[in-house]
Amino acid sequence: MIGDLIHGIFLMIWRTLTDQPEAKSDFLAVFPTAVQPVVSAVLTVSPLLAGFGLLFALTTLLERKGLGRIQNRLGPNRVGPCGILQPVADGLKMITKEDIIPRTADRVVHLLAPIALVVPTVLAFAVLPYGRYLVPMVNDAGILFFFAVGASTELSVFMAGWSSRNKYSLLGAMRAIAQMISYEIPLIISSVSVIMIAGSLSPVEIVQAQGSWLAGGFVPHWYVLTPWGLTGFIIFLISSLAESNRSPFDIPEAESELIAGHLTEYSGFKYALFFLAEYFGTFAIGGLAVTLFLGGWHAPIEALEVIPSYVWFVLKLMALVSLFIWIRGTVPRLRVDQLLNFAWKFLLPMSLLNLIVAGIWHFTAVWDFPCALLVRWALCAAMIAVPYTLLGRALNAKRNAAHRTYRYAT
Amino acid sequence: MLGEGIIKGMAETAKNFLGSYHDPERMVTVQFPEERLPAKEAARSFPFLVFDGQDAEKGLRCVACQICEKECPPQCIYITKSKDKKPDYVGKAQFYPAVFDIDISVCMSCQICVEVCPFEAIKMDNDVELSNTDRFGGLLLNKQLLAKPNSHFHKIHPTEADEVDGRLAAEKAKVEAKAKADAEAKAKAAAAGAAGAPAPKPAPKPPTPPPA
Repeated sequence: MIGDLIHGIFLMIWRTLTDQPEAKSDFLAVFPTAVQPVVSAVLTVSPLLAGFGLLFALTTLLERKGLGRIQNRLGPNRVGPCGILQPVADGLKMITKEDIIPRTADRVVHLLAPIALVVPTVLAFAVLPYGRYLVPMVNDAGILFFFAVGASTELSVFMAGWSSRNKYSLLGAMRAIAQMISYEIPLIISSVSVIMIAGSLSPVEIVQAQGSWLAGGFVPHWYVLTPWGLTGFIIFLISSLAESNRSPFDIPEAESELIAGHLTEYSGFKYALFFLAEYFGTFAIGGLAVTLFLGGWHAPIEALEVIPSYVWFVLKLMALVSLFIWIRGTVPRLRVDQLLNFAWKFLLPMSLLNLIVAGIWHFTAVWDFPCALLVRWALCAAMIAVPYTLLGRALNAKRNAAHRTYRYAT
Repeated sequence: MLGEGIIKGMAETAKNFLGSYHDPERMVTVQFPEERLPAKEAARSFPFLVFDGQDAEKGLRCVACQICEKECPPQCIYITKSKDKKPDYVGKAQFYPAVFDIDISVCMSCQICVEVCPFEAIKMDNDVELSNTDRFGGLLLNKQLLAKPNSHFHKIHPTEADEVDGRLAAEKAKVEAKAKADAEAKAKAAAAGAAGAPAPKPAPKPPTPPPA
């Protein structure tokens, strides 16, 4: 019994690390049939939480270091060698801080809001394929599930803002709602183009559809390397920045005007939960971007497929997270009207146009004459680039139309 | 074109990010407890009492006139005047502070005490590392802690200290010249043997404080 258990554990770890299917089967066989589903679920969820928890700690440190370097500072460098233990110190600080609940707050909702935010972000992890055989929940409508649970985070943000009974919290929460609903539309429409082309709502199948190589195994068949895919990827990235409340779309918690938005009345562990959920949301949506556009766990070159698949997934995810940090270090925060105008007047038309372009790309695949690929590329790229330029010019022209005059300031 | 500015900005931040690794000149951080910048001459933190010579008790310039105590906006100075007198820098007998306390937890570093002091006795220090485990007693500086030699003043604010020294020296020279002139006049008067000579003038006062 004990021998089987230990054997099962080692076999499970070995099979997971070396990318083999049915990693858990031997370990599960030790248990009676009735408890097997529960054990299996725990075995799936716990490494996921631990892994993303570690990634969260690492990302907070990398973010602070990276932003520091962008501003020619050192970043945290006191706790441990080169500051690598900073997340531990931050975590300890968060946990030991007093949990303050405003006297007039709605205590139950105030308590529930951070929990209701963490749960959907963790649920969103369930459908992402992390490796060849590492899919926590194989779901034929995985993308739909992802967006469904992702949308429920809006509710918890508003719960936090409403229950705090603080004007800054409420204003922040209302901004967050406006922002998240506006950006959910281009986010979903840009991923619809992938769903159209792949012909499936299942993340596993979408990754499989991108698992081939052109030019002798050197050019991967990722959707980001097509004109509609690149456009979709950029729209998806911008919208996901807004969805996860990251800079430059962090107006729900704009310090200069709203203190900390819906987080104003939160302290201690509850604040830490919000912080965690924000990063988990970033990972989840980054993971979805990797799955939809960057070929999921596939290697960029066919010969590199020997490296375990989950390594590629994590590398791509970290590359995206670094890009997010880079953007945070570059772009200043938008105003609310700029933010909403950008979503409704620019991203939404572009994402709708992208759907059409994806359709054209799909139906011109049957073209069979010399340089067909080149002609398809040029056609689709022009269909995006021309409206992009015109739309950008039109929006800019409108912005400059009214010249502001100041009576008292010169 | 739309988005051009963002690309330029991203290039700029990337340049800064990479530059911070291969070009240490860019980094402006001074790692404080280990590395220190030389103190700026204009730096001012809290007041201290200047004394001349080696002995803090003997050389203290303060004559316990209590103007600073009265002028201090947050009332952080406490002075008790002495019963006896001791000679000041020109040799005149003056009171001295038996107790001189400044509560630097109350002090707001406004420098008004320095402005009003007619004796150049209280000046601003530049020490900022004053954290203490006792926030009541530890931040209440007494006379022994406040008294610092003139050399310290010269070290932290050389320009101002030279100016003050020049002023004091001039004052002292004036007083000595006057005393000498008086003595000569007195001697002359005595030599003349005039019986009904007017009484000798009293010794010149040090600069009197302006009315509060």
